[in-house]
This record gives sequence, structure tokens and C-alpha cells, in this order.
Amino acid sequence: MKFVLDAEQRLFAATLHTLLADAGTARAVRAWASGDTKPGRALWSALADAGVFALAVPEAHGGAGPLPVELVCAAEQLGRHAVPGPFVETLAAAELLGRLGDVPLAATWLPRIAEGEALVSLTLPPAVPYALDGDVADLVLTADDSVRDAAVRGGTASLDPARRMLPVVPGEPLVTGAREASAAAYDLGALLCAAQQFGLGRALLDVTVAYAQTRQQFGHPIGEFQAVKHHLAGVLVDLEFARPLLFGAALAYRTPDFSRDVSAAKTAASAASYTAARVALQVHGAIGYTDEYDPSLWIRKARALYAAWGSPAEHRARVVDAL
Amino acid sequence: MDLDFGPAEAEFRAEIRAWLHAHVPAEPLPSLETEEGFAAHREWERTLGADRLAAVSWPEEYGGRGVTPLQWLVFEEEYYAAGAPGRVNQNGTDLLATTLLRHGTPEQLARILPPIAAGEVIWAQAWSEPGAGSDLAGLRSTATRTDGGWLLAGQKTWSSRAPFADRAFGLFRSDPEPGRHRGLTYVMFPLDAEGLTVRPIGRLDGKPAFAELFLDDVFVPDHDVIGTAGEGWKAAMSTAGNERGLTLRPPGRFMATVDRLVALWRERADPSDTALRDRVADAWIRSQAYRLKGFETISRDDDIGAEASLTKVFWSEFDVALHETALDLLGPDGELESPWLEGYVFSLAGTIYAGTNEIQRNVIAERLLGLPKGAR
Repeated sequence: MKFVLDAEQRLFAATLHTLLADAGTARAVRAWASGDTKPGRALWSALADAGVFALAVPEAHGGAGPLPVELVCAAEQLGRHAVPGPFVETLAAAELLGRLGDVPLAATWLPRIAEGEALVSLTLPPAVPYALDGDVADLVLTADDSVRDAAVRGGTASLDPARRMLPVVPGEPLVTGAREASAAAYDLGALLCAAQQFGLGRALLDVTVAYAQTRQQFGHPIGEFQAVKHHLAGVLVDLEFARPLLFGAALAYRTPDFSRDVSAAKTAASAASYTAARVALQVHGAIGYTDEYDPSLWIRKARALYAAWGSPAEHRARVVDAL
Repeated sequence: MDLDFGPAEAEFRAEIRAWLHAHVPAEPLPSLETEEGFAAHREWERTLGADRLAAVSWPEEYGGRGVTPLQWLVFEEEYYAAGAPGRVNQNGTDLLATTLLRHGTPEQLARILPPIAAGEVIWAQAWSEPGAGSDLAGLRSTATRTDGGWLLAGQKTWSSRAPFADRAFGLFRSDPEPGRHRGLTYVMFPLDAEGLTVRPIGRLDGKPAFAELFLDDVFVPDHDVIGTAGEGWKAAMSTAGNERGLTLRPPGRFMATVDRLVALWRERADPSDTALRDRVADAWIRSQAYRLKGFETISRDDDIGAEASLTKVFWSEFDVALHETALDLLGPDGELESPWLEGYVFSLAGTIYAGTNEIQRNVIAERLLGLPKGAR
């Protein structure tokens, strides 16, 4: 047994972190929110070049996957940098398409996903009802018993300005008998959303610790005060005990325990990242409550993702049903 | 990255499971916080010791089996799954032994460890004093040099297991000059020594789980000092780190308790009560997180250091939540004497001992997050 990332996996995560830190993702998030997807698309291509999207695509379709542990590493880093766009949906769609067998839909889109040429949005009603960024995606799918492509209409703003949630009008079935593939896509999407939340929570903790080290009140850095320290320590406890659940679930991929373990990880990651966001806001004070301060983008995303890919109540129910 | 058990673990698991099946008492032992229960648990330690199972991870020469950390986790999983008795000698098997293995002399190891592994000598801890709890470095009991050893004087309190144990270990101030964390000496002494009075203290539920110790020139020979006289703080902190980590609460213990909680929920709960259902789900999720954290910890090549504080905060709060959920499931029966109630009362101490959770959060904030030290 060796339940820690190996050197190659750590290097992969570090490479993505460097790539995204150098790119300065906050600017891309704000552009995405204002309808300019160009910087976000550029990030997407860079991530594809680093191999991120190929991780979910089977080798037969030009990918390198599925590699669930590496996918969790990647989603964590994308969450850490609040990367905009439907990357969880695209990766989950790759899982869906990869399970459909020899169908034209898979043969057409999987290589494009692997190459980073396709932004795919996906709805899995009822738990995933809206097509994230469906208005800018290259493909919008709706999956349950069958897989259909879908038109989007209208659209409602999210608390996270970089998330546009669009209702879908499903077309005719392209593939039928897709229940198991849809369930697998849901599980992988929920796991990657959890990893994204974990990364988001970790970033919020880091930026808040840095702020508490420098912000002075009463003649001292506020991080000296136990009331502040204890908030931040609690966030680290929550995050540190959510992470093993993420990787434990990744290792349960394609075993009977996968759904249960994904739900455990999602429940813990939702709680940990939301707590991280609340503490980040509280410790920053009023500056954290402003639109212009970049960490507020992370704070808003943490709440938006809390019930994305299944609410904590739904995931807890899945855990209990599996016991 | 994997979570696979090898053949060595599978074989060990089978052996332990068979042994427990043959030896675990059919009826639970009386509470180990009573005189009768303590004696029964002492006897159980001897039963374990006869087959070298009281301290499986110790080297064989001291009565253990020299098993790997993973095999130790397997042992604990099987142990608690079998409903085996609580361990009355954790002060000896985990805390004292860890310190001795790092700081003890070969003579001390050879003399002190085998009787622990055999279940013959049960240990108490003697850290706190009336004026030194969280601020342990403020302790004032003294060790004064005398011919061939030291004379201990002062008062210790909250000394767990002391009412019925054989020996104790603790820190005493041997030199008032050098500062708070220096001039402290780590000693071992018998609880029936001349000049020593043990006054049991009733726990929250009235059971004498701990005691006050009054020391009036209790003689300790030089060979019962651990490490260098005056340098006891460092040795004590290595024990404290261990106490906060995995050993005090092996994951197997929570897994077994959660299994019982799920069974209780099936038996007692109104299925439409989703609030309780969610708490049961959380209990399972947290036990799974703790188990996986254990595998992560033993997979690492480095010392977890201050990260032990994360573990301590997690298990102590989880333990309380778990037992609160059980009591809520029991409804009006929750206040009646039962193993759940005993476990609940025990869990309430966990956020206080081994360094309060407030102290742990300070450690986490300062040593893991790098926040500045400040006034307490």
C-alpha cells in the first residue's frame, strides 16, 4: 500500500499549478464573466497541451485515460485557480461518451475533447439540470436513459459571475440504453467537482493566511489573534480530512464502491470549501465582500459549487443507501 | 498510489481474526474505570501479552511482534471489529513506550517494556498540576538531587488510570533557573512509593478514572530518569505528539463504532427523519476519512510532526459527534446507563486531554499555517 501521490503525479499537479499561476486566472475569470471567452479558451488550450483533457478520454479515441487519480489532481489545480468554463462537464462527457461503445457521437467528439478543441456542456437531470456555459460550448448533451444533444435558451446568472446556467431543450435521442453510462458520468463529474472545490478551498485558505499575516489591527497582524487563528486552523482540519476521501474515491473507480466513495468525498469537499469561503470572507472583512477583490471570485464560486453535481443531502442519502 | 493490502497483511489479518474469535470474552467486561473492571482489563492485557499481542508493533525482543505500521492498523481494525475490550495500558503501550524507544537507555528498554507487553505493569500519566494544564511548562512540582537519585515533591492532578495502576511517569522541575521549557526532568515512579498519596477523583459520571497525586519526597533512582536530567521537555513533547496522532485512537475503533451506529439507526430510527440519517452518513464519511488518513500517514516517508494536531482535533470532535448521534437515536433511553453512554462520557474528555483543542489549533495555526505567535 502506498496511499500518497507518486513523484510523477506530484510533478503533474505542480506543472499545472505553475502554468495557471503564471497565466493569472483572475483576469480570465472576469473576462469570461463579461462574455469574452478568449482568455478562457487560451487557458483551455494550454491545459489540453498539458494533457488534462486526454486523461478522461480512452486511448482508442486519442486519449490517455481514464486516469482518475490524475483527473483529481488536475481538477484540484483548476479549482485552486478558479479556471472558468465547463471543464468538469467536458471531462464527465468524455466518461459518458467513452462508455457508449462504437457510436458516431463518441468517435466524433472524444478526439476533439482530448485535443482541447471541444468545450462540452452536459446536463444529467435531475441532479445536474442546467447546462453550464451552454451558450459558448461546442456541444451540449443531455443524458439519462438516452443521450441527446440539446439546444439552450435564456440563461440565468449565477452567484459565480463566471458560471452561466442555461436551461436546455433536448433534441431527439442520439444513443439509447445509456443509463449506466449516464450514471458513470455523474459519478466522475461529482468527483471532479469535489476535487475542484477542494482546490478552491485550499486557495482560499492560503490567500486568507497571507492576508492575516500582514493586515494589522490594534498594532498587531490579525493572524496573531486566537479568534482568527482558530477559524483558519479549523479550515485546514476540514481540508486535510477531505483530501484522502477524494483520492480514495479515485482509487475506487470502476469498483462497486465508487458511487458511495464519490458521495463521501463530495459531501466532505462541499463542507470544507464552503467553510473555507466563509472564513475567508470573515477574516478579510469588508474587502472580501467587494466585487473588485479577486478572492471574492473564489468565495462566490465556493457557494455556487456547494450543491452543483448533487447537493450534500443527495450525496449523504447515497452514502446511507450503500451502507 | 494504491490502497492494496499485500499477502503479509491478509495473512496477519486472518491470524488476528482467528485469535480474537477464540479469546474475546463473550460478555463485555465491566467498565475499566471501576476497580473490578480495571482488574478484568488487566487480566485481558495478560491474555493478549501471552501471545505477544499487547504491543504488536514493538520489536520482538521487548515482547512485541515487530509488525509494520500497516499491519498494526489491520490489527486495530480486527481488534475493535471483534468487540474486544478497551485497552487499560495505553499510557504504557503507546505513550511511555514511544518516549523510551526514542530517549530511553538499553537498560530501561529491557527492564520497562517487557512487563508492559506482558500485561504485568499498568502505567498512569502524571502531567497536569493544579496550576499547569494547557500551560504545561508552568508546572511547579520539583525533583531535588539526592544521593543516587531524585526526591519528588508537589502535586499532580488529572492523572488518568492512577487509582488502580502500578507506576506513573511525568515531568518535574529540577532546576528553576534556565526558563520555562528547560530544567524539567522526566521520571518514572511507582504509585505505591513511600511519600506518595493517590486520591481518586470521580469523573463526570462518578467513576474514578483519574486521581490527584501528592508527592512528599518520593525517591526516584537515577535509572528511572528518561533522557538527560533537565532536558525532559523535548522527550515529553515527543510523547505528546504521539498521543495526538493515530495511536491513541486507531481508525479501527471508529469503524467499529460507526458499524454499531448504523445498526442502531436501522433498528431505532424513523426512516423519514432525514436529519438523523444525515448525521449517520456524516459519521460514516468521517470514519472513512480517518481510516484513509491513517493509510496516508503510514505511507509517508517523513515525520508528521505538528500535523498530529490536525488528527487530534479531528478524532476528538468526531468521537463526540458520533456518540451524540447515538444518544439522539436512543431518545429517552439515551440517558440510561449503556455502552453508548459510557462512550459518550469518555468522548467528552477527548477534546480536553492530550492538549486541549484550543492548544492544538494554536499549534496548527502557528506551525502548519505559519501565523505569528502572539499572546495566548
